[in-house]
Amino acid sequence: MRSRRWMRVVTTPSGAVAVALLVLVIGLAILAPIIWGDAASEVNDSAPVQGPSSAHWAGTDALGRDIFYRVLVATRLSIELAVMASLLGVVVGTVVGTAPSVLPRWAGRWVSSAVNIAVAFPSLLLVLFFAVVFGVGTTGAVLAIGLAFAPGFARLTQTLSAAVVGRDFVAAARVAGVGRLRILVRHVLPNIGEPLVVNATINAGQALLAFAGLSFLGIGVQAPSYDWGRLLGEGLTQIYVNPAAALAPAVAVVIAGLAFNLLGETAAAVIGVRTGPTRSGPLPATPGRDEPIDASGDQPVLAVENLHVAFPRDGRWATPVRGISFAVRPGEFVGVVGESGSGKSVTALAVSRLIEHPGVVTADRLDFAGVPMLSTPERELRPLLGTSLAMVFQDPTTSFNPTRRVGRQLAEVAEQHQDLRRGPALARAVDRLRAVRIAAAERRAGQYPHEFSGGMRQRAMIGMGLMGTPKLVIADEPTTALDVTVQGQILRLLSEVRAETDAAILLISHDITVVAQTCSRILVMYAGRIVEDLPAADLTRTPRHPYTKALLAVVPDLATDREQPLVAIAGRPPAPEQIPAGCAFAARCPLADERCRTDDPALVQVAQLHRVACWHADDQHDQGTMG
Amino acid sequence: MTAELSSPGRASAAQGLRNPWVAFLIRRLSWLVVSLWVVVTAAFLMIQLVPGDPVRAALGTSAPAELVQARRESLGLDDPLPTQYWNHLRSVLTGDFGTSMTTDLPVSQLVGDRLPTTVTLAALSFVVIILIAVPLGVTIAVLTRGARWRGGELAFTSASVVVAAIPEFLLAVGLVYVFAVTLGWFPVAGGDGMGAWVLPVASLSIGPAAVIARIVRVEVLAVLGQDFVRTARAKRLPPWRIYARHALPNALTATLTLTGLLLTGLVAGTVLVENVFALQGLGSTIVQSILQKDYPVVQGIVLVYGALVLLVNLVVDLVLAALDPRSTIREA
Repeated sequence: MRSRRWMRVVTTPSGAVAVALLVLVIGLAILAPIIWGDAASEVNDSAPVQGPSSAHWAGTDALGRDIFYRVLVATRLSIELAVMASLLGVVVGTVVGTAPSVLPRWAGRWVSSAVNIAVAFPSLLLVLFFAVVFGVGTTGAVLAIGLAFAPGFARLTQTLSAAVVGRDFVAAARVAGVGRLRILVRHVLPNIGEPLVVNATINAGQALLAFAGLSFLGIGVQAPSYDWGRLLGEGLTQIYVNPAAALAPAVAVVIAGLAFNLLGETAAAVIGVRTGPTRSGPLPATPGRDEPIDASGDQPVLAVENLHVAFPRDGRWATPVRGISFAVRPGEFVGVVGESGSGKSVTALAVSRLIEHPGVVTADRLDFAGVPMLSTPERELRPLLGTSLAMVFQDPTTSFNPTRRVGRQLAEVAEQHQDLRRGPALARAVDRLRAVRIAAAERRAGQYPHEFSGGMRQRAMIGMGLMGTPKLVIADEPTTALDVTVQGQILRLLSEVRAETDAAILLISHDITVVAQTCSRILVMYAGRIVEDLPAADLTRTPRHPYTKALLAVVPDLATDREQPLVAIAGRPPAPEQIPAGCAFAARCPLADERCRTDDPALVQVAQLHRVACWHADDQHDQGTMG
Repeated sequence: MTAELSSPGRASAAQGLRNPWVAFLIRRLSWLVVSLWVVVTAAFLMIQLVPGDPVRAALGTSAPAELVQARRESLGLDDPLPTQYWNHLRSVLTGDFGTSMTTDLPVSQLVGDRLPTTVTLAALSFVVIILIAVPLGVTIAVLTRGARWRGGELAFTSASVVVAAIPEFLLAVGLVYVFAVTLGWFPVAGGDGMGAWVLPVASLSIGPAAVIARIVRVEVLAVLGQDFVRTARAKRLPPWRIYARHALPNALTATLTLTGLLLTGLVAGTVLVENVFALQGLGSTIVQSILQKDYPVVQGIVLVYGALVLLVNLVVDLVLAALDPRSTIREA
């Protein structure tokens, strides 16, 4: 399992490049001193400081030694020192990082504080500090870089192990009386091993660069030894005569550093299990099957015909909404009900034009206040939607911008769409807050969302929708995230808004009792389709679709026969990328027959203002009062 | 001070203590004092930990024993350790960092001479980094959101990984080769006027700019996925206004946290870059002093660097607290 994951690292393009570079660098580190060791130290007084030639690819240094060979030979020392330093850092860091979980509490706190102070300083400053303490030279530099990298690694170990210690199995082990050291070795370290190895790899790359820097400054490797940093420092003094003397070791450092970094980053990405979206094919066109909406009566505020919403998922199209048709008339209070995953919220986002790329919305008709929304450019839609379509979202806590004052967030609408200046816009916002009965509206407008209670935030959200003159308010589960006690308040407020402004309301909810009590008409959704559309008054008297009945049956206070109906809603709705042929509810339906499993029923009119999508809508009236 | 920092006009002592700002400031400043004490102590211990006799090491093996002894006495190295520590604390508090062993100049004067170069270099680079990274990161985020432009995303991410992996002193060498040696547009080292700053600032800025642009991109993408951005879209604000008013400020508070690391990293980066371009700043001075074993100077500069880093962190924390009403203060 683990080895396969590491294999995946190698098979990614960047991982493959990283491994190839690393093999090259390590190969050179082993072989170069053996093959070119003598050539690299061969002094040639007759050719000091020369530019590149066919005999010396990167020219020669002050003693006439071949720089190209010296760069190759220096690979071993550079890599050796980097690995030694980073190993030292990893070991010290891991010990210091895990110490707080083994030491007595007070000692652990001291260690943590010390690490906290140390990580505030960039590692290069720590390297310089330790370089003074340990003295100039190779050993001093290894110790300096190792110790300078330790605090960062200790912090990482601490963070990772804190996360593991918080998990259940460690708590279980502790309850079972397992000692702290044993918990550390048995449970914590194995679980943080992988990220630690990944970071150690990146660390080795950093150590390599730090070492090059130190030797370049003259504090690291001392003559006659030489690593890349030292060659670079020597090369820079003759950059006018022979730039290759500085560039060759610089390129070597970059390649080796990149190899370590790239491997670490790729491993981190793969182990973090990140998979990019794959390309889906073209979206298949689906003809509408439902009866077109009734064209008589008032012009509807919202007219939807054959609405589809699709998202690419793993190379296929997931279709959370599959061809629905409905209309909302002025002043109507329409409820949309269904289990989670039935496509209610996606419908709400689609009809308000808030589905974003890569989601695709198609419809034969999607008109708001008589304006076709799919064919009108967004720029032209903005003033209309900004003033006449109000949205109320599920979680008022996350739906307000936490860094802006509530009043300003409301005022923004008026500034944008009603050409009000800052002052009048804010005054309007205060007025609207008052309209949704927020006490001390003036003061509240100057507060941040986190200073509001949940119910107050949701009321402010409704107030935001009232900044214009809404023709339609779409409320997507407006009470789900709130206390039950404020649920009634919000629903009452929505009813009042409807009564006072004659705005239509589309209320999305998974709670059929809420919808039944508040709305005048109800749309029941299942697996991306509307399966029943009926007046609220008929809901408990003449529901036709087995799913509607099942929803009603699970409501405790409406239930009569508790023996059988719960079975009807056993199972789960199909995922939007695995919709079966035929009726999507067939697998859970007690009435399903062969036809239900092959043909998907269309939504057809069965009575005045009552549409149902079921092959058996007519043959079970007797069960109609089941719920 | 309490009255000034809590809301002015209606501040009383009782209100002051309950004010989260005051509590936050007290906590943050005491942490600063502790950290400063650690830095001062570390600088003191540094010299004690140097193997052998630092004065002998500085003056060389051929120096007469009397001179070494005189120096040791003038530095107080023969006093008992607690006395030395006490004297060290006292002189640091009075701004006395000792005298250079090689030039006999006061360290404070040396630091005063060299500090402006380093600060200018770091500050210029910081401004350049922010000016490049923030617009770049936001633009890439907007162009690549929702897997819109996979090719661009891949190109940007790989390019920024490679650029960020090149340390500033190597970049400096490359820039010197191209723009100073080959094209001759800027001086290799030294020089006067703005031209002399271009290459050092560029070599300090390019890598961090790539890193910050990546972070800004990720943060902006994360913010664009949040509910309140959907609310802003539901208000039908034009896209630029959503990015500028709602996405950017929220993304920047997260980015600002990393700005502290960036700035302290810049302070360290100046050490190498000053050496490449032979700028007379703290960085080139501390390296020369380490090589010459001029310990008082090293000690003084270590103190200044430490204080700079702590100061930067303090400023970043304060700005963060002021910008984000939910941050540190409230969670205290």
